[in-house]
Amino acid sequence: MPFILTSIVGFLAYLVLTFPSGSTLGYWSKPEIGFGIAAGVIAAAIGGRLFCYYKNYRMLNPVRWVLFLIYAFGPFFIAMAKANIDVAMRVFTGKINPAIVKISPNLKTDLGITMLANSITLTPGTLTVDIDEDTNELYIHWIYAKELPAKIEDICGTFPEWVRRIAE
Amino acid sequence: MGAIIWIAAIIGVTFNALGSVALLRFPDVYTRLHGATKATTFGSIFTTLAVIVYGFVRWYYDGNPKYVILAVHAIVAVVFVLITNPVSAHAIARAAHRSEIMPVRAVVDELFNDNLAKKRGGTK
Repeated sequence: MPFILTSIVGFLAYLVLTFPSGSTLGYWSKPEIGFGIAAGVIAAAIGGRLFCYYKNYRMLNPVRWVLFLIYAFGPFFIAMAKANIDVAMRVFTGKINPAIVKISPNLKTDLGITMLANSITLTPGTLTVDIDEDTNELYIHWIYAKELPAKIEDICGTFPEWVRRIAE
Repeated sequence: MGAIIWIAAIIGVTFNALGSVALLRFPDVYTRLHGATKATTFGSIFTTLAVIVYGFVRWYYDGNPKYVILAVHAIVAVVFVLITNPVSAHAIARAAHRSEIMPVRAVVDELFNDNLAKKRGGTK
């Protein structure tokens, strides 16, 4: 199963990279498809065990992918735009009140905590500095600490609920 | 169509410029990372968006496949920027904190406090 899954993902990635290469089979030429299958099989032979390390195939569910796209283009992008404008104003005014605070988002899986940490780091104003690997608590550098102790809604809004629905 | 490309490019360049100004304005490595990595990610999304729109528009009018190759590769590039940029920012911040560079003007540093407690008491 890890071998087949990884070769399919590698093949699809190869198809995306060589998108319009001919017109014999849809948008792809025959040699490109042959090379794509070969590349997918080689990649799966080398990295299949790493790609499916936990042998947990919950991310194959397409509902999770749709939710991920809605999350990426909806609440996440809006939060990112707002935070960018906020930090852009702070660049001019120099009004900062930095702090490193700890939040516990109660996520269990590695994928979930990685996704949340990356979302937090991509929104300016909050930066994941470290993680407590036993309890999955995140240490976050916050450029303007509104109130202490920090509330999780102030730092990352509704991100934890979204990530829980997507990745857990 | 030209207007969309211009607006996206101008927004992107503006945020990239602000990210560079942030390097000069902010006092320490953590606050500089906010401007230098994240504002530039947002800027890069918009400059790449301009490239993507340009590629698809030229493909629609000319039918030359080299433009759609440009657009697809720009999409791939922005996806990888979005994955790698927070990871590198996190790596820099973590390395800075582990080499005991303290955040300037910080009101509280719970990571430092917790590490100190761990060092003193063995387990947390």
